[in-house]
Amino acid sequence: MAYSDKVIDHYNNPRNVGSFAKETPGLGTGLVGAPECGDVMKLQIKVNLDTGVIEDAKFKTFGCGSAIASSSLATEWLKGRSVGDALQIKNTDIVNELKLPPVKIHCSVLAEDAIKAAIADFQEKWAVRPAETVAER
Amino acid sequence: MAVKLPIFMDANSTTPVDPRVVEAMLPYFTEKFGHPGSRNHPFGWEAEAAMDRGREQLARLIGARDPKELVFTSGGTEADNLAIKGVVEMYREKGNHIVTTAVEPRSVLDPCQRLEKQGVAVTYLPVDPAGLVDVDAVRRAITDKTILISIMFANNEIGTIQSVAEIGKLAKERGILFHTDATEAVGKIPVDVEKMGVDLLSCTAHKIYGPKGIGALYVRRRGPRVRIASQIDGGGHERGARSGTVPVALAVAFGKAAELCREVMADEAAHLARLRDRLQDRILSAVDEAYLNGHPERRLPHVLNISFAYVEGESVLMGLNREVALSSGSACTSATLEPSYVIQALGVGADLAHSSIRYGLHRFTTEEEVDYVADRTVEVVRRLREMSPLYELAKEGVDLKSIQWKAE
Repeated sequence: MAYSDKVIDHYNNPRNVGSFAKETPGLGTGLVGAPECGDVMKLQIKVNLDTGVIEDAKFKTFGCGSAIASSSLATEWLKGRSVGDALQIKNTDIVNELKLPPVKIHCSVLAEDAIKAAIADFQEKWAVRPAETVAER
Repeated sequence: MAVKLPIFMDANSTTPVDPRVVEAMLPYFTEKFGHPGSRNHPFGWEAEAAMDRGREQLARLIGARDPKELVFTSGGTEADNLAIKGVVEMYREKGNHIVTTAVEPRSVLDPCQRLEKQGVAVTYLPVDPAGLVDVDAVRRAITDKTILISIMFANNEIGTIQSVAEIGKLAKERGILFHTDATEAVGKIPVDVEKMGVDLLSCTAHKIYGPKGIGALYVRRRGPRVRIASQIDGGGHERGARSGTVPVALAVAFGKAAELCREVMADEAAHLARLRDRLQDRILSAVDEAYLNGHPERRLPHVLNISFAYVEGESVLMGLNREVALSSGSACTSATLEPSYVIQALGVGADLAHSSIRYGLHRFTTEEEVDYVADRTVEVVRRLREMSPLYELAKEGVDLKSIQWKAE
């Protein structure tokens, strides 16, 4: 199977690999997938608590090249978005951008799940609901 | 010396054809192109003689008493199908039970599964963590309906060599036919159908430095005389066991490849085992939590299979695939989207099956290549661990099994 140039680029030069310190204000962490399934993504967002904007994002992924690329791309797209906007990212956007073949669509689904899980974690931990306020504004 | 890239280290998928084999076969495409079944002119005589010489060379490699015991097929898959379906059909009145293992190649498992739908009972024996089948478990699985034991000689993913001679002896005692898929073992380690009590044996040319497109099934003719029902009907070639014109050039090549393997086997096996051990030591000494899959000693000399915890196999291959050809048991590299059933059968867990990498060395592998592949593997695994959430959790002391994973 040949990989698209974008998948290869994200694999070779993954954006935003890493983890935030646990006590970082505005931090939300999503951990999705399962080792037995061959894919685990950890995606973290750091939200500005005043503006509700995602200032930074990081990921770590156990998985194939397409899973790494999907999560790397997700962190790029998350940065600078409001939490509400971030919830609009769909797995199909990732499929189209990375030109993922049908057998790799689950990688993009996992990335979308990771985004949602990180936001849910942020909302739970930081009690504020900027997703709603920002979305309604 | 600089190594030439890309390096081929996936020799359990296929091997390069030895130039001496190519040389031997080429005339049989052009000036010696006759049909071996043409009995009335010199083109046919020449073709038949060449085909039978190939058969003799192959018979010598596997210790067959009579070259007539070898039936040429299109490859190992067809040989397995012919053995299993051919025996079941022929011995239906005697019984309807097959004993095999969970780690057989798909070319054995899939025919068995098809036969199950037709009312044949199949026992799939488990293996121990090193990939070995317990001979006593084979003994216990036998019923008065058992007509066939089909257990591979050596595994193509992990290299573990089964107790073939013991199983052959058991089969003889119980009057049951014994088939072994020996595609990965023939030409690499001593295989002797007489000494080992094998009644049917599958092999293929392209794993022994011959071309793709030809294999063979050994079918014992004496003690006992094994009969198989043909699965491809037509002109009655190969003594009626397999119709279809034998590709003479490929039969010549198969024979030449077999002869070369027989000549160099002892030296080549020792050399490959030394290179394989060098590769293994260099990787395992540099990477923590890397686990050998397969039996540490009873293993083919050219196979190395390692699971690198916390990194997924396809991502390792992706980091190497411009330079090194390897394979992985990861689901992402399989057609079925399941991780290797062979690695899973070792009881290591699906996560380590996803993390397995197979190195297949061959006749033309060099020490420089081994060192290069080892060093690059280590680099890639380290890089991927730096971006692995599992590695991070494990280093923090979190037991990964304690986490409630949100699987899809």
